[in-house]
Amino acid sequence: MSDAAAHEFQFSSAEHRRETAISGIWLFLATEALFFGPIFLSWIYARFADPNAFDAGGRQTELTIGVTNTALLIASSFAYSVGLAFMEFGSRRGMVLWLLVAWALGAAFIGLKFGVEWRMDLAKGLFPGANFSVHGPSRNGAQLFFAFYFFSTALHGLHLLVGLALLAWIIFQARRFTAERHSPVRVVGLYWTFIDVIWLILFPLIYLIGRAS
Amino acid sequence: MNGYWPSATLEGREVDLLLLALLLVSCAVLALVFGLILLYMVRYRAGSGVHRGARSDQAWRFEIGWTAATLAVFFGLFIWGGDLYVRLFQPPADALQIYVVGKQWMWKVEHQGGQREINALHVPINRPIQLVMTSEDVIHDFSVPAFRIKHDVLPGRYETLWFQIDRTGAFELFCTQLCGVGHYTMTGEVVAMSQPDFEKWLASGAASEGHEDMAAAGKELFTAHGCSGCHGEGGVGGSPETTGVQAPALAGLYGHSVKLQTGATVTADDKFIRDCILTPDKTPVAGYPQIMPSFSGQISEEKVLRLIAYIKSLKSGSRT
Amino acid sequence: MTHSAAQVSYLEDGHTLRSWLLTTDHKRIAILYFVAITFFFFAGGFAAFLMRYNLLSPHGLLGSAETYNRLFSMHGILMVWFFLVPAVPVTLGNFLIPLMLGARDLAFPRLNLLSWYLFMAAGFVALYAVVAGGVDTGWTFYTPLTSLYSKGHVVAAIVAIFIAGFSSIATGLNFIVSIHKLRAPGMTWYKMPVFLWSLYATSVILVLATPVLAMTLLLLAFERIFGIGVFDPAIGGDPLLFQHLFWFYSHPAVYVMILPGFGVISEIVPAFSRKELFGYKFVVWASIAIAVIGFLVWGHHMFVAGTSLFSAIVFSLLSYMVAVPSAIKVFNWIGTMHKGYIHFDSPMLYAIGFIGLFTTGGLTGLFVAALAADVHLTQTYFVVAHFHYVMVGGMVSAYFAGLHFWWPKITGRLYPEMWGRAGAITIFVGFNLTFFPQFVLGYLGMPRRYFAYPQQFEALNLLSSAGALVLALGYLLPLGYLTWSLLYGERASANPWGATGLEWTTPSPPPTENFAVTPIVTQAPYQYEQPEAASHE
Repeated sequence: MSDAAAHEFQFSSAEHRRETAISGIWLFLATEALFFGPIFLSWIYARFADPNAFDAGGRQTELTIGVTNTALLIASSFAYSVGLAFMEFGSRRGMVLWLLVAWALGAAFIGLKFGVEWRMDLAKGLFPGANFSVHGPSRNGAQLFFAFYFFSTALHGLHLLVGLALLAWIIFQARRFTAERHSPVRVVGLYWTFIDVIWLILFPLIYLIGRAS
Repeated sequence: MNGYWPSATLEGREVDLLLLALLLVSCAVLALVFGLILLYMVRYRAGSGVHRGARSDQAWRFEIGWTAATLAVFFGLFIWGGDLYVRLFQPPADALQIYVVGKQWMWKVEHQGGQREINALHVPINRPIQLVMTSEDVIHDFSVPAFRIKHDVLPGRYETLWFQIDRTGAFELFCTQLCGVGHYTMTGEVVAMSQPDFEKWLASGAASEGHEDMAAAGKELFTAHGCSGCHGEGGVGGSPETTGVQAPALAGLYGHSVKLQTGATVTADDKFIRDCILTPDKTPVAGYPQIMPSFSGQISEEKVLRLIAYIKSLKSGSRT
Repeated sequence: MTHSAAQVSYLEDGHTLRSWLLTTDHKRIAILYFVAITFFFFAGGFAAFLMRYNLLSPHGLLGSAETYNRLFSMHGILMVWFFLVPAVPVTLGNFLIPLMLGARDLAFPRLNLLSWYLFMAAGFVALYAVVAGGVDTGWTFYTPLTSLYSKGHVVAAIVAIFIAGFSSIATGLNFIVSIHKLRAPGMTWYKMPVFLWSLYATSVILVLATPVLAMTLLLLAFERIFGIGVFDPAIGGDPLLFQHLFWFYSHPAVYVMILPGFGVISEIVPAFSRKELFGYKFVVWASIAIAVIGFLVWGHHMFVAGTSLFSAIVFSLLSYMVAVPSAIKVFNWIGTMHKGYIHFDSPMLYAIGFIGLFTTGGLTGLFVAALAADVHLTQTYFVVAHFHYVMVGGMVSAYFAGLHFWWPKITGRLYPEMWGRAGAITIFVGFNLTFFPQFVLGYLGMPRRYFAYPQQFEALNLLSSAGALVLALGYLLPLGYLTWSLLYGERASANPWGATGLEWTTPSPPPTENFAVTPIVTQAPYQYEQPEAASHE
């Protein structure tokens, strides 16, 4: 077993190295959670200050696209997990296939979100500023909502793009992984699912709360 | 600088007492820490032949001891500082209200009689004064070191600060929140005068030139901005028969509680009336349709204050 | 890949520029950081020096308030994010953590190098912001001044801090994982030196608080770029929300600065008292308590900002709570000196200076934690003096103490001891001369960030500026003699101080692989022999 070549000299074994990598990504996700945390907190706080106007903004969003996108992301995470399971059972081919599905679903999200939905939002004049199209008493609160909306979806989209790049890298490197050694597949999978979780918090904030009241 | 010490307010002198206590505690701790360090530096220096004896193996006793002592002292200081702060936070009910608007880089003051001044604040002594403060642009801070008080002045909301001066004099006023290039020029003075002098000042030429009573100025705005079109002349309220729309009465509103559509009950104070004018959507009053337009961006902070002064002046049933 | 010749010193292992710039050796990365950090310290210090020059006259000597505002903003930004927060972790921490753990490197060496590149990128963006004209918002970036009114290069400054933040996160993450996963056989948690514990607590704060700052600054940049945003009161946003989020990072960041200092002092005091650290477990858990409670005290920066009475009271109480563990540490260091055999080498002098200055800074913290007293003192020079006692008197002294203590290990050279002692004393005296008058100025009501000030504050400002001259000399001394020692210093032995700890068991400077054979730990830390038995000196 060429174990020595498979890990750097600070690790005692390849297994030691794998455990360390997994600890690292979990800690990184904790960081990411605190990165997004202030948006969620400020979002809820801002709505609390002026719920009527804020919700009036929320009702301008495209629910159908939001629901479709949520379904796409959940399906994508599912596909990734299936791919990972294939790898654990030793089927590299199965993994590549399912990861391609996951990648395509993620790309579809990006296309729908920024190619279609954002374009519609901008066409409707929903970007905050002088040309904002909601008038009347709800104007300010609705602008505040859309400031959050564009900021957070852009940031989430950016994370998704990084995820797509990592996924592509995993697919191209697939030859290197075996049923025993595939910690990068796990690490990227955790990140990929995390982006999904962030979206699952954004989804109700964007599309549901304004409509519920 | 004259009159900095003792402080010109009772609360200021109490703050000084608290500071003195803090100073004494600090000096005692510093004496202990420096004393022990110096003592050990001499006594236990490497070359010293002093007998070290057995070391205590019951470190935890010391640990519990000094932790408990620290906690007790800290808790006492916390209670003292907190108690005084609560009093600084709550103005007496009969305080004289004066309005302050901060902007880059000046303080604009308006008295209820409409007397206006810039970078100066004239007040009577032996009477609680409450400042209602807001900003036109960035965050400022109204600070009078001689009274040991300060408070931030924020755009978009009213903050208050109160004090009662017990001797006459002029005291420095600083802006203590960085507000841009001219921050250091945003200074002025608080002039404390006896009640008769203050009244003379209010009536004097310099202060009263071209001024109009705040409420009277507010009344003009009330008509000019169309408030009376719905709320009726003199703010008596509107109904489909009189003004064409259902609008709440404003006379006698100030200081009373108002029920909102959200179910909450709030007291109609300055902040509430300001919100009603600028962001009516936030404060939908129960029993009325939410049709009031927002005046945000259309009325300056000073005009809002005059409107509020007018609404405050309206007594129930009065038709001025 | 494998270095069989374990005796090649890390300094000798490659001489090309490439061998430095592409190194993954934690020790070389620490050296890269040393160079960068030293530059930023003196850049920020130079800004401070010009500020003190300006304040020599009540009318301001620099001639322009804009220049002055840009100087103190630059001073704050460079010192906080490019010196105080990273200094001890990225230099001494990077160098020592693997050595103290008995490991060959950190868990993620390439991430470590990446974090240096991020730091450098951030530094260049910050310097660009300075050269382009700087910012005049102060390091606190309060809205709406920063987002809507300021005319400076705010976005560039924010980008710099944002990138530096990710460098911090990468470093913190690396340290936490390394301490969890790379401890040598036998090194249980309670056998770890306190320095490791402190850096562990520091890293937890870095990893959990920095992302909050990053997001807050992004929101601020958004508002700045589009002229409309979530803190804008014109559309119902709340500028106080910015302050809450900003201090949620920036208060714990104070502990990021000072906790590693506590770690350094906890190594040095036992080493030069030839005695075990008094109350090891209390010191350790005090660090953890500070890291935890430190997250819950941010509101004490906002006692006059317009928050509620209830929040002010809670934050005041919690602020007193967070001071307790710091007091415990001070008592334990003094307890360590009790019945010791105290040597007065330079590191110990810096450490004693640290205890004195930090205690003063901590005690004045009690003033500003007491609500009613804070109303008077906040935003004045009292607060400036208070945090400089903690940050400069405390953290910078601890950094110098650590630097002198581990200098022989890092460079393999000894510095001239007399110069070291002279430096320590000059810094202590100069520091007090500079900052003590500012306590009085603050009590008398002089507001901070004033380009010109009323006449009555002139005498104390003169005194403070004169002190700054002594302090500047004090900081230039180590720059001089430490640089000199690199070329002409005496060769250091593996353990010149007779200290305990795994780092002293390797040669000075250590070989690339740190340890030829992975050490096995059997003893608790700080097992100093009784000099009477060992006949020391």
